[in-house]
Amino acid sequence: MEYGLDLEYSFNEFIKGFGLSSEIAHIIWLPLPMLLVLVAAVVGVLVTVWLERKISAAAQQRIGPEYAGALGVLQPIADGLKLLVKEDIIPAKADGILFTAGPILVLVPVILSWLIVPFGQNLLISNVGIGIFLWIALSSIQPIGLLMSGYASNNKYSLLGGLRAAAQSISYEIPLALSVLAIVLMTNSLSTVDIVNQQSGAGILSWNIWRQPVGFIVFWICALAECERLPFDLPEAEEELVAGYQTEYAGMKFALFYLGSYINLILSALLVSILYLGGWGFPVPIDLIAKFLNLPINAPFIQVFTASIGIVMTVLKAYLLVFIAILLRWTTPRVRIDQLLDLGWKFLLPISLANLLITAGLKLAFPQFFGG
Amino acid sequence: MSIAITTQIICFTVLTLVILVGALGVVLLESIVYSAFLLGGVFMSVAGLYLLLNASFVAAAQVLVYVGAVNVLIIFAIMLVNKKEDLKPINDINSRRIISTTICLTLLSLLIRVDLTNTWSLANPKNSIGEESTIRIGEHLFSDYLLPFELASVLLLMAMIGAIVLARRDVMTKDISTGLPVDQELIEKSSEPLLTNKN
Repeated sequence: MEYGLDLEYSFNEFIKGFGLSSEIAHIIWLPLPMLLVLVAAVVGVLVTVWLERKISAAAQQRIGPEYAGALGVLQPIADGLKLLVKEDIIPAKADGILFTAGPILVLVPVILSWLIVPFGQNLLISNVGIGIFLWIALSSIQPIGLLMSGYASNNKYSLLGGLRAAAQSISYEIPLALSVLAIVLMTNSLSTVDIVNQQSGAGILSWNIWRQPVGFIVFWICALAECERLPFDLPEAEEELVAGYQTEYAGMKFALFYLGSYINLILSALLVSILYLGGWGFPVPIDLIAKFLNLPINAPFIQVFTASIGIVMTVLKAYLLVFIAILLRWTTPRVRIDQLLDLGWKFLLPISLANLLITAGLKLAFPQFFGG
Repeated sequence: MSIAITTQIICFTVLTLVILVGALGVVLLESIVYSAFLLGGVFMSVAGLYLLLNASFVAAAQVLVYVGAVNVLIIFAIMLVNKKEDLKPINDINSRRIISTTICLTLLSLLIRVDLTNTWSLANPKNSIGEESTIRIGEHLFSDYLLPFELASVLLLMAMIGAIVLARRDVMTKDISTGLPVDQELIEKSSEPLLTNKN
């Protein structure tokens, strides 16, 4: 299945053309995809913030931002600039070191997780063997940052928010990991590229959502809870906790939290589309279309076309899920903390365990449909 | 020296320094919260060492279990009971420190002796299994390490049942610390009367 563009190889050949060694070419290549993905993530956040403002306005029968650029598309940039030039305040009785380290510890694991998000066969930073497990491990670091900032703020609302965030994150990580495990069981691999390739057989019919409907719903609920989106935004419930662990933060440190939560939302949407909606796959397999039109599959223009379609499909699926998340946020009420923990431990955990067991059984019974 | 080896040496030096300084900080710092956060840093650096050894699965498992679960629970517990009170000075603190330092140094010299006298069988780096290691770990867990694996799961089950028994008040009729009968109706109610009778 090794087809598609290999940009790294072409770039290395291009650099070697200048008479440099392949090691130097590799070093010049290394930062490029990372920068690209970082820029993509930040642009994705800007788009999501704009969508959030516009969709929330529509849900509440308002107009939303409209003066900054056409339809207010520049509003998120204005927001970002405002946060950038604001005074950076550390409260007098706060713990300066932990107060600064908290937001960084929240943001860095989220950005690191983009390492494994594939936009095409070779269009990802690194196809590491542990793939999706890396994301699960990295996302478990986040509660430490939240606890740290909650504690360092020296404010009871912050501390409560941090504790709630950690409790919520730990509770929902288990069903999340179990539903990922069911997918991994079907794929026989942890790598995200393999997970997408396993779904690419018959276009939309072979997507994992048909084979793992329960896992899909459990994963989506848990992903929303991990992102602290409404209906699960208890850590920052403004009616009870002012703003939770963010209460004392201002300026760029607050912006780090803000950025982190939106990058996490987009990342979760991307991962749902990779795990359950066929990733970069087109609803009709590209091979079939090429065969139907009598086009050679390995021709350069077909390759470029396939790669572009792949990126568009991944982003499209992810933003469809972001849209659903935003609609959910502006139309559902918040759950109580006991309801949240009941849902996590007494409902999602048994369901996801049963789902894993049934998947294992089906894999043994029908190896051709559930990955032998 | 190639670039890859230089990078590896730099990473190893930084990780080792972070582990050593961090571990000393965990033991020596006065503030228990700082100790707990430093412990997380030490766990992360150990995961980094595993990564350098091409054991990416073990590294991720280390982060997930030690940083994401153990350390978060430690910090959680500290923050739930965090009362800002000055600890009582201990009388014979100096002699205690001397005794504990001696014990630690003895253990360290023992470990160094083991390290020096043992002939370590170094794996050939060219035979490194790398990404295959996940599959290999699974095979070992279900063949020659099956008994320890199953025993560990039994241990976890026991711990879970114990936690549930401790958390549910209706299992026990008496409060363990005070000996008073447990009020089965209100979980949130204080075990001692809030208002003392003013006679």
